[in-house]
Amino acid sequence: MTKTENILKKAKDIQKKYSCFVTIADKIDTNGKGKLRGIAVSVKDNICTKGMMSTAGSKILEGYIPQFDATVVERVRKEGAMIIGKTTQDEFGFGTFSVNSAFGIPKNPHDIERTCGGSSGGAGCLTVLADFPHIAIAESTGGSISCPAAFTGTVGLTPTYGRVSRWGLIDYANSLDKIGVIGKNVKDVALLFSIISGHDPMDSTSLDVKQEDFTKYLDGKIGGLKIGIPKEYFEKGVDEKIKNLVMKAVKKLEELGAKVEEVSLPNTDYALASYYIIAMSEASTNLAKFCGMRYGLQPELKGNYDESFSNARKEGFGEEAKRRVILGTYARMAGFRDAYYLKALKVRTKVIEDFKNAFKKFDVLIAPTMPVVAPKFDEIAKLEPIEVYMMDILTVAPNLAGIPMISVPCGEVNGMPIGLHIMGDHLQEKKILQVAYAYEKVKK
Amino acid sequence: MAEITEDTVKHVAKIARLDLTESEIKKFTQQLKDILEAFKKLDEVDTTNVKPSFHPQEIKNVLRNDEPKKWKWDSLANTKQKEGKYFKGPRAV
Repeated sequence: MTKTENILKKAKDIQKKYSCFVTIADKIDTNGKGKLRGIAVSVKDNICTKGMMSTAGSKILEGYIPQFDATVVERVRKEGAMIIGKTTQDEFGFGTFSVNSAFGIPKNPHDIERTCGGSSGGAGCLTVLADFPHIAIAESTGGSISCPAAFTGTVGLTPTYGRVSRWGLIDYANSLDKIGVIGKNVKDVALLFSIISGHDPMDSTSLDVKQEDFTKYLDGKIGGLKIGIPKEYFEKGVDEKIKNLVMKAVKKLEELGAKVEEVSLPNTDYALASYYIIAMSEASTNLAKFCGMRYGLQPELKGNYDESFSNARKEGFGEEAKRRVILGTYARMAGFRDAYYLKALKVRTKVIEDFKNAFKKFDVLIAPTMPVVAPKFDEIAKLEPIEVYMMDILTVAPNLAGIPMISVPCGEVNGMPIGLHIMGDHLQEKKILQVAYAYEKVKK
Repeated sequence: MAEITEDTVKHVAKIARLDLTESEIKKFTQQLKDILEAFKKLDEVDTTNVKPSFHPQEIKNVLRNDEPKKWKWDSLANTKQKEGKYFKGPRAV
């Protein structure tokens, strides 16, 4: 068998048991030249790939074949990567467990009765199982990279908002979406991030920052580094065993010469409501463009304009998408806009200020990534929507603030991996990658 | 704040151009109540004189020169509903 056939066969075998792909490539180009030569790169399904179906996990985009590559895809192709396929996710990113997917639910490689997390669940799943060189392009709005990284025991980097171009991303919430990376180790993640980051004129929110090689900073040295432990991230709702493992990891970093001190982020408790109101409001406007006429699902045109579009959206959207469209539309309606949407945006300012104040004193903040280990599918089925949203309590605040964060594996609780969450100030990816790498090296 | 009723959900669904079934309307009404009740927490935060953050960092508007450019793609490539060079849509009036 040729190398190409071998990798695609392995991908198909993984798919049979774990459902981590929406689409597997028909063929891959192994002759590429560049920094990603010989590396398979998977792409979350909400990121456009030329000639390869891109659905964002939604039935309403079934059959949609983009005629262009997203900037991140174009950049990895230029460096010789093999685009192996599109990974499963919650529809448009709406979920924490990847169960809101129209194209298969990824199963956790550590226990197939459990979730991989979400919404980039397929990316985390495949990263564990691929025994060939592989790095995943993932995306986070409120925790969709950190969560699956923690639940599957992989490394997940969510960059600063605007550091990686969103051009070609099927938007969930424009002021929150960040394309990032999930990989087997910190070095892989730093490598792919170095390639996909940097200014892009095609994204008006892209920051004016040059590309940089982040792998060269990974030396394991963190002497003198100041680590803040946000006390609100160790309060009720967080598994005691997870807290202990995280503090044990912090101890290791202290032994390497880091200085550790507790810090308070007083508005943490309000981040969840602020996040969900903003995310749903933006989502409801983004989803307005899907009307079953120009691409994707195209039911027969019936009745007038309103009737025809309402019908296509009924058929094409899953339950969580419908719920978020309703809630987001409500939160922006005349009479409620000030009470919900605008209030949420003001609270967001307070959450950002908390972080900005903390980073005056600290280089990084460290907390658990998720409050629990990956739950079982039958437990998830019993949860009410608000209980699912509560699972994001530790990831929404840094996502709301648009600061970079990385989740690295930090031991196991009841046989399931947990994540150590390292957060940095805007554009301080270098620091969080350094700390993550130092920890990865000493933890064994 | 006004109480969420099934009529509220129906009204919002109409604005959002979303057909909902009777059972979805019932279910969403209750869930919306629960979610918005939990979100009332925001009222505890004093936001007097606090500016809203539409983005995590301040974003400047970016403008390009107003010059015509040739479109690289075939806009109709993904549609089944077309006639000649045009999309075919439902009746507007």
